[in-house]
Amino acid sequence: MTTTASRPASTIFRRPRSTEGFWSWITTTDHKKIGIMYGYAAFFFFIIGGIEALLLRIQLAGPNGSFLNAGEYNAMFTTHGVTMIFLFVMPVSAAFFNYLLPLMIGARDVAFPRMNALSWWIFIFGGLFLYSVIFFGDPTPPAGIADSSGAIVAGNLDPTDATLLAGLPDGGWFLYQPNAGPAYSPGTAVDFALIGLQILGIASLISAINFIVTVFNMRAEGMRLLRMPVFVWMTLVVAFLLLFSLPIIAVALFMATFDRQFGTLFFQATGGGDPVLWQHMFWLFGHPEVYILILPAMGIVSEVLPTNSRKPLFGYAAIVFAGAAIAFLGFGVWAHHMFSSGIPAVAQAAFGLSTMTIAVPTGIKIFNWMGTMWGGRLRFNTAMMFSIGFVAMFVIGGLSGVTHSIVPSDWQQTDTYYIVAHFHYVLFGGAIFGLFSGIYYWFPKITGRMLNEKLGKVHFWVQFIGFNLTFAPMHWLGLQGMVRRTWRYAPETGLGPWNLAVTIGAFTIATGVAIFWFNWIYSKRKGEPSGLDPWDARTIEWTIPNPTPAYNFATPPVIHSLDDFWHQKYTEDEEGRPVRKDDADDLVARLDHDGRNPKSPIHMPAPSYFPILMALGLPLIGYGIIYHTTLVGLALLFIGPLITIGALIGWGIEPLEEPEEHQEHGEGGELVGAGAH
Amino acid sequence: MPTPPRSTRFPWSGRWNGVIGASALALLLSSCSLIEIEDAPLSAVEPRGPFAEQINNLFWPVFWIAVVIFVIVQGGILFSIIAFRDRPGRKEPKQIHGNTKLEITWTVIPALILAAIAVPTVSTVFDLTECGDDAMTVEITGHQWWFEYDYPGLGIETANVMVMPADQEVCAVMTSADVLHNYWVPALNGKRYLVPGQETVLRLQADEPGEYWGHCAEFCGLSHSLMRARVLAVTDAEWDAWVSEQQAAATVPAEGTPAYEGMLLYQNLCTTCHTVNYGDASEFTNIRSDDVFRGPNLTHFSSRNVFAGAYLPYEGLSYDDALEQWLANPPDVKPGSFMPNLGLTQNDINNLTAWLATLK
Amino acid sequence: MADTFEIEEGAEVPEHAEVHDSHHLVHESTGIDNRKLGMWVFLSSEFLFFGAFISNYLLYGGRDFDSVVPRDIYDIPFTSISSFVLLMSSLTMVLAHHALSTGDQNGTKTWLMATALLGSVFLGGQVFEFTEFIVEYDMTLTSNPAASAFYMLTGFHGTHVALGIVMLLSLFGIARREGGLSEKHGMNLELVGLYWHFVDIIWIVIFTLVYLIGAA
Repeated sequence: MTTTASRPASTIFRRPRSTEGFWSWITTTDHKKIGIMYGYAAFFFFIIGGIEALLLRIQLAGPNGSFLNAGEYNAMFTTHGVTMIFLFVMPVSAAFFNYLLPLMIGARDVAFPRMNALSWWIFIFGGLFLYSVIFFGDPTPPAGIADSSGAIVAGNLDPTDATLLAGLPDGGWFLYQPNAGPAYSPGTAVDFALIGLQILGIASLISAINFIVTVFNMRAEGMRLLRMPVFVWMTLVVAFLLLFSLPIIAVALFMATFDRQFGTLFFQATGGGDPVLWQHMFWLFGHPEVYILILPAMGIVSEVLPTNSRKPLFGYAAIVFAGAAIAFLGFGVWAHHMFSSGIPAVAQAAFGLSTMTIAVPTGIKIFNWMGTMWGGRLRFNTAMMFSIGFVAMFVIGGLSGVTHSIVPSDWQQTDTYYIVAHFHYVLFGGAIFGLFSGIYYWFPKITGRMLNEKLGKVHFWVQFIGFNLTFAPMHWLGLQGMVRRTWRYAPETGLGPWNLAVTIGAFTIATGVAIFWFNWIYSKRKGEPSGLDPWDARTIEWTIPNPTPAYNFATPPVIHSLDDFWHQKYTEDEEGRPVRKDDADDLVARLDHDGRNPKSPIHMPAPSYFPILMALGLPLIGYGIIYHTTLVGLALLFIGPLITIGALIGWGIEPLEEPEEHQEHGEGGELVGAGAH
Repeated sequence: MPTPPRSTRFPWSGRWNGVIGASALALLLSSCSLIEIEDAPLSAVEPRGPFAEQINNLFWPVFWIAVVIFVIVQGGILFSIIAFRDRPGRKEPKQIHGNTKLEITWTVIPALILAAIAVPTVSTVFDLTECGDDAMTVEITGHQWWFEYDYPGLGIETANVMVMPADQEVCAVMTSADVLHNYWVPALNGKRYLVPGQETVLRLQADEPGEYWGHCAEFCGLSHSLMRARVLAVTDAEWDAWVSEQQAAATVPAEGTPAYEGMLLYQNLCTTCHTVNYGDASEFTNIRSDDVFRGPNLTHFSSRNVFAGAYLPYEGLSYDDALEQWLANPPDVKPGSFMPNLGLTQNDINNLTAWLATLK
Repeated sequence: MADTFEIEEGAEVPEHAEVHDSHHLVHESTGIDNRKLGMWVFLSSEFLFFGAFISNYLLYGGRDFDSVVPRDIYDIPFTSISSFVLLMSSLTMVLAHHALSTGDQNGTKTWLMATALLGSVFLGGQVFEFTEFIVEYDMTLTSNPAASAFYMLTGFHGTHVALGIVMLLSLFGIARREGGLSEKHGMNLELVGLYWHFVDIIWIVIFTLVYLIGAA
């Protein structure tokens, strides 16, 4: 972009200009570039979380394992959970939201492009902050009991156990108090987790606001709410879930951070605090979080199944409303994570019942997906296979979930591997299978090339078999009494053989994922060109060229129906079977040509330095809080806000788009834009 | 622009997917049949008492309902995959957008099934939350990383192994001295938290005499996985004998014996955390104060077959070897252990084990 | 990845001829300005943020501890006055907004400054209250969970008020420098107004639940 040579003096930096190369990524406000960065970051963390899982499984391959020490094991299961939830599944979903949401509603960008960049930078800084405990954390691993001054008064760690891995946060992703409180988790590891999650929460909150406004306000002409693709609906639902659940965990994290840093007593029983309060607050966020993780995948599956069944989605409205119902009910079931915590019987019964009700909308979705496939003409490309895999595996997770709503039965199963099996069927067999389906389906949208289908199918089968080998036996292990978060189990328990099978399964999954990475790298360069409409798709993101041009739509689309693109290509005969219109091929060719050659130049939001700058202040504040008793910490507590607020001011002065010369101020009386410069 | 069918482009057609899928599922199902109920002392599906039984009776019907739904759904998916796969000559499908009757049906039927499940669920919850009138109270206190048992009225304080009469309900009144713990003896009942500053209640009852395994089920810090428990249900006669044995004081070993040396070592090194009762008159009796970190009461140490949070000994490690390893370097055996490495010599360890053997 | 995103050669794309094109491409489907809608959405989240803090106080506020608890030392008449001051600042905010909509730039500036001043008076009252609690009654952040909950809740509310004052003063500064508020800043005034009313409403809830009912 070459534009205005002279900027008003009020701008601190020269406005970034590049549209390619390193700086274009740093300063971009393009939702597509941001989405791609989210995706790569997520898969980077996926590797880390996966390695952590493999380490756990090596340790548990046999009874009394000695591959990891206890501190390392606890750190690994904690970071595995945090990484997979907050740094993998959520950002991959965010990648899809970012990339696809504007395309699916016919917009050129999200409502707040710079805020979008801001949320991405906050996310990545939050993730790096969390892991930076390795470099900046207190090197002593958290072990023993500290008094109020932080001195260890009891508990002894063998010096050889004080390794680097053991210095990572080790309180579990749930950070239950008071174990993760100041007395029982001395050192800084848990602080990095608490503040890291707080930072990540800010990123998600900003995204949520952005997506909600985008869906409400940026829809193309004729894109009524009930013409939106289900994926867009699920994005909206997830954004609302984030909007209402994040403030609660933010408060809980503040309270826990204050307990650790400033001596408040919210969760410390010794000072009259209530440790169970943390659990209520955590799960009031934590259960909606589960739906935050799964609903995007449900949205993806609701796009892939109809396209590859060559039928419209069965019961579109029901699926949309079921998604909303799941989200709504999701706020009323949190205590089913606490059935064994000694909450009153009335509460247990009530939460058991509310948990059961969630099975109803979930069932509706599953049956509607089956209805979509029924009588269709199913094309088994990799995306379709992952979607079918999603439905099949999610059902298993759903059914084991129903057994948890049987409260007394949950007293036996909670905190055992039965639960581990359950939520991996939901979050891996469910969410991650769905996300992979989306990657295979929309890869051409991003690169203009197809992922290799042969490799894709090998990937699917290896991962599918590995997945079941890993997580199916866990049901049995749990029923045989294997508790969660267990570094060792006794030989007498008879848990050894199945644990070995699980470990083999985990490595099988890793093999599958490696095949996927290879496929990605290979296909990005050598994949078959996709053309405009590789799947004979239904929705309008396929009406524009692949890869997507920077401006998305050369001409603003006008929407006439649900599955608008399909109806542009097909009519129905008297039996209700689709008939491809004679001019459909011409239409596709024309769309491809016109999409690449806009009739008039298109103005897009300009890049900006301020999002990354503003985000940069947050981790500095985080370090400042953790080390507030030191001079460096105090300095950071000053510098961090300075950077953030400075960037905010710069942001406020900088216009969203360039140039500004012609901008005219209307009403407002005597003021004219030029006068202000 | 290429349009369907895509299968001409990708050589792996739907037929093979069906075959592979079916065989994968078959493999999965057959692997389930390999599961044998072997000796699994922590099994949650082999109840040995009325409360666990009640839970078990609730779980299995729901499990089988789930199996039926599983078969219907997976069967439907498999059928669709085979019957509706894209193959040469298959016509384009009718564009069906939904079917209100069907959708209402699959909304209502699951709701009815759940309603049917809900009734016994709620009643069992209320049944199992409060102790019976004839229950014997045992106070359980969770420590990092062992369970303490106190028998109010009997004046008995013990650790790691809870002894109780068979066929008699025990009302466990529980709390924690530090972090959250979760008491779980799968054969006798589900689990319940131990919360610092609060009291929770758990009903326990064994039908037959026997040893039942337990485990702390809530992550409670470094050695959570080694915080285990045993429940020993005994006959009434054994119970009476155990009570009188536990109420008796320990005997001071003869001077000059290794056991005596061991006792002196104990008096020097261990009395901050541990208690041994030699009777009110004895100068050797020590009661550790309540405001320090408690270690188990050792007065009847040797009457228990396990120690160190019921972690030691285990299969492949004898009691004597385990005790020796434990005394030599506790934090190495049990990471984070509050008992420090005391730098004992082999001679010290021999004396201590000789002394511990006298604490019956 | 960058390479795959290039715009086709020859397509004379994103130059800047059509100013505001991105605004006009997609009309705001709901008819509400993006930023205003965004603010509403943000505030709905903030309601839960304070809701969690208030619930936390309600849980601990009624309990007894060894040290002084907030409910014993509330100065209700004093807090009533400072609450009234904050309430009045909402009125002046409305007046500022009204003045701008009638083109009265001087009135806008006056009422903006009045709002900021009233907010500062409220904040000053809070500082006085905290000081009194700490110095006279020895109730600090770490005394007991009730005290912790009280300071956290009112402290986070005070931080929100302080942020609001900064925004009000920024608007005032812009208005002074530029002789008045342009259309663009008119929207900013609306946004700050929304935020300010929200902070007020939250205080009404806090005052009622925490001070009045909590002390009863």
